[in-house]
Amino acid sequence: MSKPQNRRIKPAEPKPVPAPAVGASLSSTTNSQRLRAWRASHRLECKQSLLRLVSMPGSSAMTWLVIGIALALPAGVYVALGNMERVSAGWDGSARVSLFLSEQVSRKDGQDLAESLLLDESIEQTEYISSENALAEFKAISGFGEALDSLNENPLPAVIVVKPGDDVINAARTSALLEKLENLPQVDMAQLDMEWVQRLYALMELARRAIYALAALLALGVLLITGNTIRLAIENRRDEIVVTKLVGATNAFVRRPFLYTGWWYGLGGGLVAWFIVQVVLLLLSGPVVKLVGLYEGSFALSGPNLAVTLSLWFGGAVLGWAGAWLAVARHLGDIEPR
Amino acid sequence: MILLKHYLQTVTAMIQFDNVSKRYESGQEALSRASFHIESEEMAFLTGHSGAGKSTLLKLIMLMERPTSGDVLINGRNLRKMRASAIPAHRRDIGVVFQNHQLLFDRSVFDNVALPLMIAGCEPREAARRVRASLDKVGLLSKEKSNPITLSGGEQQRVGIARAVVNKPSILLADEPTGNLDSDLSADIMNLFEQFNQVGVTVLIATHDLSLIARMPYRLLTLREGRLVTAGSGL
Repeated sequence: MSKPQNRRIKPAEPKPVPAPAVGASLSSTTNSQRLRAWRASHRLECKQSLLRLVSMPGSSAMTWLVIGIALALPAGVYVALGNMERVSAGWDGSARVSLFLSEQVSRKDGQDLAESLLLDESIEQTEYISSENALAEFKAISGFGEALDSLNENPLPAVIVVKPGDDVINAARTSALLEKLENLPQVDMAQLDMEWVQRLYALMELARRAIYALAALLALGVLLITGNTIRLAIENRRDEIVVTKLVGATNAFVRRPFLYTGWWYGLGGGLVAWFIVQVVLLLLSGPVVKLVGLYEGSFALSGPNLAVTLSLWFGGAVLGWAGAWLAVARHLGDIEPR
Repeated sequence: MILLKHYLQTVTAMIQFDNVSKRYESGQEALSRASFHIESEEMAFLTGHSGAGKSTLLKLIMLMERPTSGDVLINGRNLRKMRASAIPAHRRDIGVVFQNHQLLFDRSVFDNVALPLMIAGCEPREAARRVRASLDKVGLLSKEKSNPITLSGGEQQRVGIARAVVNKPSILLADEPTGNLDSDLSADIMNLFEQFNQVGVTVLIATHDLSLIARMPYRLLTLREGRLVTAGSGL
């Protein structure tokens, strides 16, 4: 990059005559004028490069779409994961132990057991579900109603759902409670519902790491896409570059329109990605509400928050700009007037 | 005495070549041991058959090429010591007119002429004023909004000249500026160059059109197969 030239008109004589008082103020106006001109040039190139993209909507839209899809993928997974986290946020606080009672235990004995368990200070709440109620609930939720009707007898045991006290929520004490409950004579099997929550969390953590890898790969993809598009743009404007270099353009001046073009490609791609994510969320929100309704919960999908939205837009723009840099650094040096 | 003469020459010379040779990678020696100087505010012609090294000589001044050996001094500055980052500033002080005009057909005549000013960071209003003055000088003010592709060859060449002088350079170079023009138009173009020279611009014109320049009272530098065979005074 070349420094701005401060000396415009060369005097014919080799030794410049120093101009005392006036010289300083003159050069400072020149500098502020230069700064204004520099800003004007940026504004102009910023506008012109956008207009140039809009003037060929077909190919620009294609590039925007490609970048948009590449960015929408990690962004979409990220938003989905965020939603899953929101759904499961309350779950670890509400670990449940299901006690499957043996067939010999009558409804009365079961209810008594449920009440007596409350005396244990590590248990906060119990609920007795008779085998009939369990069957009815299962029928309603599973959709296997008719198949279940054809069974001669109810295959489901009665269950006591035990909610441990808040202080019990750590692995060691929970498993101690579990062991104690399992040893009760009336209980066939005790199952801690928390295990699958923990597995889910582990899976989500894995997915989070995978998103970073995916995002890094696709960001690289966006870099290469813009890089290649800008390379073609440079090739198309070869004559212009040669002429501007001949009349004294600095490398910065020649680079400028291409960097802005990359910026606009990236920003447009980011907007497209954001739009794609929103549309997908809209399409999914109906089924999700239905699904959550089946679990008797209430939950609405949330879209990308402000931070995600902004990083999608401007992250895209920065990636496009960086891709343009790559192309410009590689190919602009080759174009010298000959 | 010789040293003093050399010193004075360096001081007043706008373009100075000292034993300059240029050998291309192909092995072809385009210029061999050329030494000459052109005074500040002088006008001179560079002649020779095509392939004699005229374009190479101009390219060395423009720093489109660097000499294999020898020194090129422009306005007292040795181009050998000039770093790549200083080349743009160097080129802004040299206006160049090309045989093939090198105009951009994606923009108007006005924008073509304004290009050097935009590059130099000239204020838009001042730039517009200078572009119009320049176009007026070459008689094309009425065509400022046209696309150069719609202009005739002579008009395109004059747009090229307007662009070369809009920045008020100290040196004006021209490579076969009348190459594609008939004799009347050529004379007009030469007349324009003389006018710029009269206001203090150093002018060097490469041409093989000897009949055109024969009547003109300027120094002739003749190249033959890369060697400078005459560099004498025209008068």
